[in-house]
Order: sequence, then C-alpha cells, then structure tokens
Amino acid sequence: MGFNEKPAEYVESRRRPKSYGDIFFHWLTVFLLVFFAVVMITPFIWLLSSSLKTQINIFQYPPQLIPDPIVPENYVYALTYKPFGIYFRNTVLVAGLNVIAVVFTSSFCAYGFARMRFPGRDFWFGIVMATLFLPYAVLLVPSFIVFSRLGWVDTFLPLVVPPFFGGGAFNIFLMRQFFRTIPEEIADAARIDGCSEFGVYWRIMLPLSKPALITIGIFTFLFAWNDLIGPITYLRSPDNFTIAAGLASFRSQTDISWDLQLAASTAVTLPVILLFFLAQRYFIQGVVMTGLKG
Amino acid sequence: MTTHLANPSPTEGFWLTRQYNRLTLRQRRTLMGYVFIAPFILGFLFWWLGPAAVAGYLTFHKWNFLAAPKFVGMANFSKMLGDPILAQSLKVTIVFSVISVPLGLVFAFFLANLINAKFRFIAIFRTIYFLPSIVPAVANAILWAWLFNTEFGLINYVIRAFGGPKIGWLQDPNWVMLAFVILTVWGVGGSMIIFLAGLQGIPQIFYEAAEIDGAGRWQRLLYVTLPMMSPIIFFNLVIGFINSFQVFVSALLITNGGPQRATLFLVLHIWRTAFSSQKMGYAAVLSWLLFAILMLLSFLVFRYIGSRVYYENPGD
Repeated sequence: MGFNEKPAEYVESRRRPKSYGDIFFHWLTVFLLVFFAVVMITPFIWLLSSSLKTQINIFQYPPQLIPDPIVPENYVYALTYKPFGIYFRNTVLVAGLNVIAVVFTSSFCAYGFARMRFPGRDFWFGIVMATLFLPYAVLLVPSFIVFSRLGWVDTFLPLVVPPFFGGGAFNIFLMRQFFRTIPEEIADAARIDGCSEFGVYWRIMLPLSKPALITIGIFTFLFAWNDLIGPITYLRSPDNFTIAAGLASFRSQTDISWDLQLAASTAVTLPVILLFFLAQRYFIQGVVMTGLKG
Repeated sequence: MTTHLANPSPTEGFWLTRQYNRLTLRQRRTLMGYVFIAPFILGFLFWWLGPAAVAGYLTFHKWNFLAAPKFVGMANFSKMLGDPILAQSLKVTIVFSVISVPLGLVFAFFLANLINAKFRFIAIFRTIYFLPSIVPAVANAILWAWLFNTEFGLINYVIRAFGGPKIGWLQDPNWVMLAFVILTVWGVGGSMIIFLAGLQGIPQIFYEAAEIDGAGRWQRLLYVTLPMMSPIIFFNLVIGFINSFQVFVSALLITNGGPQRATLFLVLHIWRTAFSSQKMGYAAVLSWLLFAILMLLSFLVFRYIGSRVYYENPGD
C-alpha cells in the first residue's frame, strides 16, 4: 500500500444524488484537511525560516516569517562549528553495520521461526514476543555494566555488536510474518532439487523477501541515525559521536545561538525526509506491517 | 521438509558429517531449527538474561563504578519507598501517559478518517500528516524548544496575536506538561497510517448494508467502523502506552527535567541516577521498577481492554 494508490473499495459504487448533508460534509472535510495540514507543516516552515535568519533577526518580535536577509551561511557555520563530517562518518558506520546485521540475522532467525518445525520453537517465539514489548530503556543500566566489564565503553561495539544476535525482536517478528506469505511449494521444489535448508533460506527466501528486507533496513538505518540514548551512554570522546549525540552536545554548548542550532537540526532532518520521499512505499509498508499483521 | 533425501553410509566423510548422518530425520530437523534461531537465543542470553542477572545482583549493592560493589541488603528498596524525587518522577510519567496516549489515539484516528477521504490531492495531505513522525528526535527537541520559546517562539506569537497572554511554556511547571503533550500529538503519523490501513481494510459492503438499514454517518462510525477497528485501536493503545513510558530525548534536551522537576520522566531519572550520580545499585532497582510497571500495565491493558476487542477472524 502506498500513498498514491487509489483505495480499491472506493470505486463509485453508489449513484445516489448528493444531499445537502453530503455537500456540507464534503466541504467540512476539505476545510479540516487544509486546516490540519497547515498545523502540521507550520513547524517545518518555522524551522526552515528561523535557520536562515541572522542572529539579530531571530530575536525579533513580531517574528519575520520570511527572513530578510536570508543567511545560508548559518549552515556552514553550524556544520563546521563541530566536526559534523566525523559525526556523519561515525553514524554511517554504525548505521551501516546495524543494517547488515539486522537484514541477515533477523531474516535467518525468522526463517527458523516461520518455516521449521521443532520442539521448543513456540516457547522461543514467545520470548521473542515478550522482548518485543520491553523497551530497551529497561535494560540500559544493566547492559551498560556488562559492556563496561567487557571494556567496550567509548567504542562502537555496544552499538554495533548486539544487533548481530538476532537483529531485534521487532525485525524477527516482521520477517517471520513476511516469510509466512511465501508459498512453501517453492521451497519444496528446491529441496527436491537437492537444496539444503540453508540454500532454501539463502537462494529462495531472501531474494523473494526484498521488499521486507528493504523495509527493515530503512527502519534500522533511521533508528541508528536518530538514536541518542545509546550513543550518549556509551560514547565518551567527541571523536566517536554520532550525528544525534553531536547535535545534542552542540545544543548544550551554543545555548542561545538558535540560528545555528536550527540550521544544524534542519541539516540533520533533511536526509531523513529525502529518504522518505525516495522510499515512501517501504516506509508505509513497514508501519502497516507492524500494525496489522499481528 | 526432508533435508537430505539420500542418506550416505555412516562411515563416509568427516566426524561431524558422520554424526549428523546418524541422526534421525526428526533430530536433524530439531538441530537445524536451533541452528537457525541460535543467534536470537545467544543474543537473549548475552543482552537480556545476563544484564538482568547483573541488575538482580546490583539491587542489593551500592556501587559507584570505582570501588567494589558493597552489599547493602534491602537498603536500595527502602530508599525507593521514601524517595520524593522518584515519586515526582512517577507522577510526571503517569500523568503524561494518561493524558497523551488517549489524546494521541483520538487525534490519530480522526486524522486517519480525514485522509481516508476521496480527493485528487489526498496523497499530499497524507504525506504532510505523516512527515512529523519521522523527524529525528534531537532535531525535533530543538525545534519544539524554539517553537515554545516564551519571547520569540511562534506559538506564543500566535496566541498573543489573538489577544492571549504570554505563556511560559517551558518555565512554568503548570504549562510544561501541556507543551510535551502537544509535541507528542504532533508526531502521531505512525499510528495514523496504521489506522488508515485498517480503515481501508473494512469491506465497503458493511457500510452499504448499514446505510440501507438507515444508519446515518455517526451511526456507521459507531456501529461499523469502531467495532471493525477495535483490534487496531487496541494495538495502537498498547504501543502508545509503552512509548509514553520512554520519554527521554525531549525531556533531556528541551527542559532537562525542569522546571522544578516537572518533566523528570522516569527514564531520564534512571539515566541520571546511573550516569550523573553514579548510583548503579539504585539505578538497577529503578530499572526493575520500570520493568514491573510495564509488565503490570501490559497485563491490565490486555485483561480489561483486550477482552473487549472484536476480531473478525479470530486466530488469523
């Protein structure tokens, strides 16, 4: 399902003349749609406009909606004030490894849960579901102790290694749901041709699951891009910061430089919005898959 | 489901291969199953059970990271019972949850109904309504801190333009909760999309039947849409409650827990106890408390609300 598809159910099914009530309701809907669209989009416009103002203009009442003069240099100052290049590299490294981990290990485990029959499977899947409902805030303190014992503090390891073990309950669940929609006959045909169980997973299931894999890949990337609590807990030296941690420390150091803070925030938000427009279908599919197929 | 059709002689090949070939089909299947789910099992042991055991051990100890943990018996627990800051933190978290979750749910449901309409440009509206939910948390916090700025923020500008007072959104403990509810409700795009998909999954024929029976718009919503949507409403409710107990980034970056601890959400409190005050033992107790609250909450929600959910295809 994408945003641009026409809802199939709504083909003109009734040809009743429109009553005054229908016409009123139509215009009420239009009015509300536009009203809330303005409400939802205004913060973005305000963000963009404030990020292009001079330091003097930003502290002005009443505020300017269209900045005069427009100061694109804010972005240059903001992104060079702190080494955002290094943050970007760190984030891409962490996010990239997380995506690889999640795509392969969650689908691997999900294959076991979706397609193999063995004693104890349902018990372990119950545990997957139990961890699904437990936020990782619960585990923050205890896992910090474990990772500090391992000597992993101030390295990327606490952010990068755990996803290689199962890739997260949510992703396992999602991939399992997807695998169950693929006909078992395809796998059986491969087995008759001598394909091993790993072969069925690698050569049959993975290629057929590309949409689901892209979806969980995008979600994982976004999570790593946005996550603050992990990086500020485990990373100490500024050279190791991710974008989110860098932006947060930028805020605490440039307390009143709203123009620069907002420019940096816009710069961090833009790639996400760009990714959304490039991969809209997968975003929507991912959100919907979490909600409906449970 | 056979893995190997031919069963080679048990004397061929490496030791491991010979052992494998000796297994019965059922044993092989079990073995393969566990190989596939092994990453999850290992991860569960390393990153869930291990830390949980460590937390269990620390609840009876005092530990600041530097010296060795010191056994203090039940001291951490008794401290928890008489801790006014914890009580404040729980109050903040629960009040926020009770206000923001139902409000967010109703708003998301309302928006989903709006964008379910048939218009030519409806895709644009859907995109606009969804976008706020994907703004990175840190950027979102900075943006809202600026929007709620007392002197120069857009929100106070609009209020004052309509003749309202200048509100100290982030300075006044009575207003700051509302500010957090507003910024949360702005980002309901995710649950809105889940609702939208649910609405589009309701067969049109139900509405036609209801209309023939003389049901008006309001009655169709009440007697067709709501019952059909109840599993999805329930799902969004559960997710909403869990998320509402995890507020961290906005509390840390917008108000840093203030003013007067009015936004000292539980996760922020735990984080500070562990990493600012270095009280690992007490932080471990608080983590267990958060765990217990979430378990209790899930139980209550499933017990009292889950039983009212209508499933069109049970067990599907």
